[in-house]
Amino acid sequence: MQTLKDLLRRGALAAIAGGIAALFAGNVALAQLAPPPGPTVEAIKRRGTLNCGIDTGVPGFAAQDASGTWKGIDIDYCRALAVAILGDASKSKYTPTTAAARFTVLQSGEIDVLIRDSTLTFTRSTALGLDQVAVNFYAGQGFLVRKALGVSKAADLQGATICTVTGATLELNIADFARSTGARIGTLLFDKAEEAIAAMEAGRCDGYTDDSGSLAGMRSTLKVPADWMVLPELISKEPLGIHIRSGDPRWQKIVFWLDTMLKSAEEFGVTQANADQMKSSKDPFVLRLIGVEGDFGKMLGLDNDFFLRAVKTVGNYGEMYDRHFGPNALDLPRGLNNLWNKGGMHYTLPLR
Amino acid sequence: MHPLLRALFGTKLNAALTLLMLATFAWALPPLFRWLLSDAVWQAENRTACTAAGTGACWAFIRARFALFFYGLYPVPERWRADLGLLLLAVVGAGALFARRGRGWWLAALVTLVPLAGGILLAGGILGLKPVPTPQWGGLLLNVVISFVAMAGAIPLGILLAFGRRSAYPVIRWISVAMIEFWRGVPLLTILFMGLILLPLFLPQGVTVDNLVRALIVMTLFNAAYMAETIRGGLQGVPRGQAEAAAALGLHPAQVQLLIVLPQALRLSIPGIVNIAVDLFKDTTLVSIVGLFDLMGVVNQSMKDPAWLGLAAEGYTFAAIVFFFACLVISLGGSLLERRFAVAHRR
Repeated sequence: MQTLKDLLRRGALAAIAGGIAALFAGNVALAQLAPPPGPTVEAIKRRGTLNCGIDTGVPGFAAQDASGTWKGIDIDYCRALAVAILGDASKSKYTPTTAAARFTVLQSGEIDVLIRDSTLTFTRSTALGLDQVAVNFYAGQGFLVRKALGVSKAADLQGATICTVTGATLELNIADFARSTGARIGTLLFDKAEEAIAAMEAGRCDGYTDDSGSLAGMRSTLKVPADWMVLPELISKEPLGIHIRSGDPRWQKIVFWLDTMLKSAEEFGVTQANADQMKSSKDPFVLRLIGVEGDFGKMLGLDNDFFLRAVKTVGNYGEMYDRHFGPNALDLPRGLNNLWNKGGMHYTLPLR
Repeated sequence: MHPLLRALFGTKLNAALTLLMLATFAWALPPLFRWLLSDAVWQAENRTACTAAGTGACWAFIRARFALFFYGLYPVPERWRADLGLLLLAVVGAGALFARRGRGWWLAALVTLVPLAGGILLAGGILGLKPVPTPQWGGLLLNVVISFVAMAGAIPLGILLAFGRRSAYPVIRWISVAMIEFWRGVPLLTILFMGLILLPLFLPQGVTVDNLVRALIVMTLFNAAYMAETIRGGLQGVPRGQAEAAAALGLHPAQVQLLIVLPQALRLSIPGIVNIAVDLFKDTTLVSIVGLFDLMGVVNQSMKDPAWLGLAAEGYTFAAIVFFFACLVISLGGSLLERRFAVAHRR
């Protein structure tokens, strides 16, 4: 009973305090142009670290190198956020999350943002109460098949057996695809991708299906990669992107615009190396991007140099892609992940 | 005829079986040997050197990530602390096994000094040691920490539950039975997932329980239930006359149990306890499924490094060898303990 009374009293106090704050808030919002950055960023600054939820290991997105340092395009996004908010990329703390726990960990507040090659879908947005901020990688489910099979498109896979892993939506997508095309495609399920690949090489199935990002990596691990080919078409859309908890629109804007700016930087030729020299550029878009003009950083509740720091730390989107998926890495063609004016999907909102 | 030869070729059936086995070995072992040793690649920058035709295992992969397998992300300049902690555990553990005198002191140190000093060493934050948050603990270090804490917690808790289950008071008995049967009746993996996924939903926003602490609690309670049943078996094996004789000498019932029955019961339970310890050590790999990077977690993770993609066979072989030897040490320690107590028994 005592505790209940306590709670009530505290609730009443909080309500009064909230009312007073609300009275002033209206004036404050009018009085100053730069709004506060929202509770998430305030918590990050108080804590001194950005808690970033990542994958437990998937090539190109998040994987540890031999020294134990996390590398990957998702990691670069975390670092960009950390350096933008806290001024130090090493203040990004990584929480590896499993597929089963990732959204719970985000909902419970253990992490500030989930950048974990997770597909943005309707149910995740509505039923789970998450905000889907941006797509940082357009993937889709593709097929890796034996060349000797002589097929050139997925619909030719009539009667073939495909190895894949359980638990994901991969199997469901194959069933949907088979239903819509009338093809009969058998599946052979495995717990781990390595097992599925081993079974495929041993001839137990004719091919392997997974996200296009993973397929490129898998093909390079085969004993004779030249015997295998990745079919050009994708049977599902897997826009992989960034999730945050609903309820902090300021945080949503910061994450969204940082992603937009990383892609815009590629479009306007701002790179890790030349970012400082770009201050003398004549292009107003470039000047707004790197914070010379326009107070865009302040309007987000950060400082105007936030993006300059980010691009000097991780480079623009194209540089990040090259680092982790380019010819010297996993060798996955840009495809949909190119800019809109180069045949890809990244059509960023204008900075004005 | 030499007895060994007679055993192998004594009858026609035996001779045929022996020849069959030899043929199987001759067929299977040379390729295994070539893969494991003679064709293996020991030095390489990345996996490209290992993918040439005719190459065997890529041990360069294990070498490149060797420290990760043992320490995980534990910061390099602080790794001496982990070494010191493990050394302390090894020395005190050996002391408790081998000491002729004062074994009680060694055991007391094992359950008080080692967890305390080990915890301070690993976690830091006081005495000028840099704090190392638990998400950075990993590799075999994590397997050892989890097994030690779970074992050190499970034995006393198991003893309590075992006595509780034999208690004359129905309330205590039923609570003990419920605890034991719940933890034995639910798969470990299920409980780990519940701790990982359900717990955050019950806690208020912003309150988080360390992932490692969750795993430690689950492992301790789970093994305490098995421990309780093993020790209860030991208690049942102590002849009733022992307790009656002690009571006749005027000992208090608590003294009878603690001084006469329990020591004998524990001695009888040693094989079972060692069995649980080996199981527990192997079960610690399950934490890799809930996002902790124990040795298995690091091995799984290492195969995703673009520089070393797809070297599953090497990773799993290495993990198997490490676990085999670690469990061998536990088993040997257990059988040593058993022999020494048996000697005391015969006198």
